[in-house]
Amino acid sequence: MPTEILSPDTFAAQQNASPLAALKKAGWEQFQQLPVPQRTNERWRFSNLNHVKLEGFSLPPAPAKEIQQELLQRSALIEKVSGKIVFADGHLLGEVSLAPELHAQGVILETLSAAAEKHPALLEQYLLKSGTDLGGEKFLALHQAYLKTGYFLHVPKGVEISAPIAVYNWLAADGAAVFPHALVVAEENARVNVVDFYLSRDESAKGFAAAAADIHAAPGAGVFRKVVQNWNEQTQSYQIDNTHAENNSTVTTVSVNLGAKRARFENAIRLNGSGSNVRLYGLTVADQDQEFDQRTLQIHNAPDSYSDLLYKNALLDRARTIFSGLIRVAPGAQKTDAYQTNRNLLLSPDAEANSLPGLEIEANDVKCSHGATTGQLDTSELFYMQARGIPKETAYELLVFGFFEEIIEKVDNEELAGVLRTFVQEKFKRRSAKNLLG
Amino acid sequence: MSNSLEIKDLNVSIGERQILKNFSLTVPKGEVHAIMGPNGTGKSTLAKALAGHEDYAVTSGSALLDGEEIIGQEPDAIARAGLFMAFQYPSEIPGVSIANFIRAALVARQPKGAPFDAKAYYAELYKKMDALKMDRKFTARSVNEGFSGGEKKRCEILQMMMLQPKYAIMDETDSGLDIDALRIVADGVNAMRGPDIGIVVITHYQRLLDYIVPDKVHVMYDGRIVHSGDKNLALELEAKGYDWVKKELAA
Repeated sequence: MPTEILSPDTFAAQQNASPLAALKKAGWEQFQQLPVPQRTNERWRFSNLNHVKLEGFSLPPAPAKEIQQELLQRSALIEKVSGKIVFADGHLLGEVSLAPELHAQGVILETLSAAAEKHPALLEQYLLKSGTDLGGEKFLALHQAYLKTGYFLHVPKGVEISAPIAVYNWLAADGAAVFPHALVVAEENARVNVVDFYLSRDESAKGFAAAAADIHAAPGAGVFRKVVQNWNEQTQSYQIDNTHAENNSTVTTVSVNLGAKRARFENAIRLNGSGSNVRLYGLTVADQDQEFDQRTLQIHNAPDSYSDLLYKNALLDRARTIFSGLIRVAPGAQKTDAYQTNRNLLLSPDAEANSLPGLEIEANDVKCSHGATTGQLDTSELFYMQARGIPKETAYELLVFGFFEEIIEKVDNEELAGVLRTFVQEKFKRRSAKNLLG
Repeated sequence: MSNSLEIKDLNVSIGERQILKNFSLTVPKGEVHAIMGPNGTGKSTLAKALAGHEDYAVTSGSALLDGEEIIGQEPDAIARAGLFMAFQYPSEIPGVSIANFIRAALVARQPKGAPFDAKAYYAELYKKMDALKMDRKFTARSVNEGFSGGEKKRCEILQMMMLQPKYAIMDETDSGLDIDALRIVADGVNAMRGPDIGIVVITHYQRLLDYIVPDKVHVMYDGRIVHSGDKNLALELEAKGYDWVKKELAA
């Protein structure tokens, strides 16, 4: 049986009688028609296209029982949750769990396949409606074609989820391709808190991930989403997120990017309602030959809306980052407040941070700003710490972690913040502090 | 003398420019010395050079801290040897809380791998903060980030109290302070004063010495000490101005 994801036979073999079949077929057709990204494409400016490879990845069978057991056990990074789903290599492991009181209040937490059977109208309304303007349409089409292992989280009017729902997406088999999807809908005045983990079972298996998210915040709703991308460094990662914020809704997303050989993240938010309030935080730690490619779009379609983006990148070794962000204010979106900041910390002379901030404003009464800074650690801060007796290596680490802390504390969850600190520290432990100092 | 900070014939340059010229001074434990002098005379250079700042090249001379040579050591080693410098302009350290910062400084003074008594640490920290009338919430705030001038200086004094140095150099700690903040600094120094510490107060103005009464006053000019006396020298300087020193030297 063919398994290469580029093979029409692979696509055909995984199609079934699911209500998603037509959507998937349309995705496959788009995928065939769309060109691979070209160097001349402005939306891929500074990206190293040599790293973009679709060949050699397949849809693996479900992992062996003992591997499933292992991954289920490891899917416990945070204990205080109000629901949990674990996927590995595109298969659901165990069962979807949801706190009984939330279930009783009408909260839906299902896999996409199950939701397609049970809630076709809701999926029809919200699933994959936005496309992407940020360049990754071919990857989004491929994601759509192989849609299966996503989840659907629907929170009815006025219901509040305080402890996060945790979703684990694992890559396990060598050469596996996965297509995780997050469909999150918070109805009027609902509150939702969700964290997505992207993880690899080991450090050596090659992997491919084309993930996407559709986030909808109805009037007055609050959505708090955190994404922790820590694939192994043999993985190509694509993430295309779309967020819609209606009147007086509040959306906060925190994206932590640590893993993958090459990771591209497209994040578009649409402030469709007046009084909507969106905050986007990003933390990236790039080392060795990693490349992180971040494209963001803050679209203000309604008056009196507020958005603030802060993406911080720390670069080591020969790593590269690209930040390209655009604030777009539609005509009539008066009294928009929109901010965008990209801060890059260069910890190696061979690292490269690219920053492309932009504004497109078609309203005349707005407050918008964008800014990018790229720099090294402040030597006067290092001296200050040393003058208190703190060894240079420790001072250096404290300063670097201090740079991260501003984002880590935004997750507003001590357990998760602890997990993130550990992940970052593990990444740093691979090298001696002496090497860092050059 | 092993129970003193003994600076002898110190020559210090920044780039090509020589700033300290055969600077000598001995501060025994238990005393407070004030160094006064006009701007640009090398007062801050003295502080930075002793603290081991890499931009300040010591071309010759020595500084013995209780008999131990500190010239040529790394800044952190000098600090652990027992020298504390209160900065004129303390750095802001985003993302590093005051509690973690002072803790790291104390851990660095312990034998490697020794357990750290966090409970005793916080008890001590809160006690000192209460004494300085600092809100306990400050422990969670990033070091000096967004602090007013007075809060920064108070934070310096807190660190000094927690680290218990053998010698402290207050580098124009009074600059830019209003009278209330000045009092806080002075109260902190006076509270620390005692037989186990030698303190050097560097200042441009006499007014700090209304609150910290020094055992000795030194006038610094052109990279070295040109006059030494008791606390009355400060009053004399205040009355006559630094031009008096310059004229006297020119004569």
